[in-house]
Amino acid sequence: MQEFKKEVSFVEKNKIAIKKKNMFIVNYIKDVFNGVKSLVVGLRRTMYYFSHHKEIITEQYPDNRDTLVLPDRFKGEVILVHDENNEHACTGCTACELACPNATIKIITKFDISPEGKKKKAIDKFVYHLELCTMCNLCIVACPTDAIKMAQTFEHSVYNRAELTKVLNKQGSKIREGVE
Amino acid sequence: MVEEIGRTADGDIIINVGPQHPATHGVLHLVITINGETIKKVEPHLGYIHRSIEKMCESLTYRQFIYVTSRMDYLSSHINNHACALCVEKALQIEVSSRAQVVRILLDELTRIASHELWWGAMAMDLGAFTPFFHAFRERETINDIMEETCGARLTMNYIVPGGIMQDIHPNFQKRIKDFIKLYKSKISEYDELVTGNIIFQNRMKGVGYLSAEDAISFGVTGPAARGSNISCDVRKIYPYEIYDQLEFVEVLETGCDSFARYMVRIREMNQSIRIIEQLVDNIPEGDFQTKTKAVLKLPKGEFYQRVETARGEFGVYIVSEGGTTPYRIKFRSPGFSNLSALDHMARGSKLGDLVAIMGTLDLVIPDIDR
Repeated sequence: MQEFKKEVSFVEKNKIAIKKKNMFIVNYIKDVFNGVKSLVVGLRRTMYYFSHHKEIITEQYPDNRDTLVLPDRFKGEVILVHDENNEHACTGCTACELACPNATIKIITKFDISPEGKKKKAIDKFVYHLELCTMCNLCIVACPTDAIKMAQTFEHSVYNRAELTKVLNKQGSKIREGVE
Repeated sequence: MVEEIGRTADGDIIINVGPQHPATHGVLHLVITINGETIKKVEPHLGYIHRSIEKMCESLTYRQFIYVTSRMDYLSSHINNHACALCVEKALQIEVSSRAQVVRILLDELTRIASHELWWGAMAMDLGAFTPFFHAFRERETINDIMEETCGARLTMNYIVPGGIMQDIHPNFQKRIKDFIKLYKSKISEYDELVTGNIIFQNRMKGVGYLSAEDAISFGVTGPAARGSNISCDVRKIYPYEIYDQLEFVEVLETGCDSFARYMVRIREMNQSIRIIEQLVDNIPEGDFQTKTKAVLKLPKGEFYQRVETARGEFGVYIVSEGGTTPYRIKFRSPGFSNLSALDHMARGSKLGDLVAIMGTLDLVIPDIDR
């Protein structure tokens, strides 16, 4: 009886071993098939975009310079806003100078003497160091009279570093009437 | 015995990867000891892009120091700014309006998706697949356009200020986010088709770079890298800030502990971020976008700490104040630095070619490590 049992178990073991071997081969073929399939799935996506190339998602810069529209809030560089009479709204309070983390802005003030003989503080030079600016927008927020704002320019490359230090107030400009 | 140059006493070869190497995504210098092709030791050399940001912050006021943190982890700069603003608000006990809170979280999650998308493209490129990079940038470009329109910059936004946000949201903000969700949902299946299911990719990721849960904790690994080892460490769930405790989302966990698990965590996390955005985008409350604060912020004397979950892990801001307008000391706990410390442990014993795959799944941003 015992011998018979042993025999059965031996046969069963053998069967399991054969089954395992078969399973191994089946799994192997499955793996190969699935592997090739996964590559085909990926390549199909690639070929789809290869044959459907109408959708251009890249910016055609610099060919589109004339039509390029940047959002209003884009932070390119600080400018002092001048109106048609060559007047600005900067009182020379130096709030922007204090708000700037990198000492980008330096305001040099002078005293204008009005016709009545009163002294009035005004800006002589609004010096702006573009090379130090990180476009953090803190000066714009700090300005109490909205005299400065961010321009949408972004092509700042120059050959000489000194050209990046700018004087923002235009020649002969003065403060607008009524701005305190 | 005279040691040969470039070899250890055991005869192993020492080679340098970086500091200028495309796979390190920056100026990371790894000194690797290899025996044949098997890595015996990885030694990161840091400091190539150190800008002493913490020291710089000591001379800046509490409004000014926020912009510097955009330059650390530049891919999740918005979340870094958020952490700094939260820390200052905590110290001054400023109540932020619910409108500002919702907009902040929306932008945080958009940043997280943008960061993970860039990581996904770069990860595939590390392993030799170039096409996914362009697919990832297509979606990321949409997020960058939203940022450009509302915040005024594409990468270093500086939009969050103590007390709220700098400007009110752009009128197109909600519409463009909805467009993005639509685009994302139509394209996310491509990610799986192109990379996740790919047999070459799977064979290079599965079982590579094993990091057990115990090791992850002892190295201080956080973020998706730790969640791939089944560690629950999402700051948004454990220490909720803003209104994260009222939102429905799942903390993504994987049990694989290998590179593939960390990959899957990030892919699934993007879907959770989309879920958060969907809950909030139509429910932006009316109200002020910024609470009125004093012109000059002065923190009370003491120590303040605030942590947030960036795309890479836990980011912490620690401010020591003496009561003045500038901090006495600032310490940033950056996720990249701690995650990098586990690289040596993970890469030991694996092949040189796998080092790039392991490094890719940690999602290292070098300015974040060096600061």
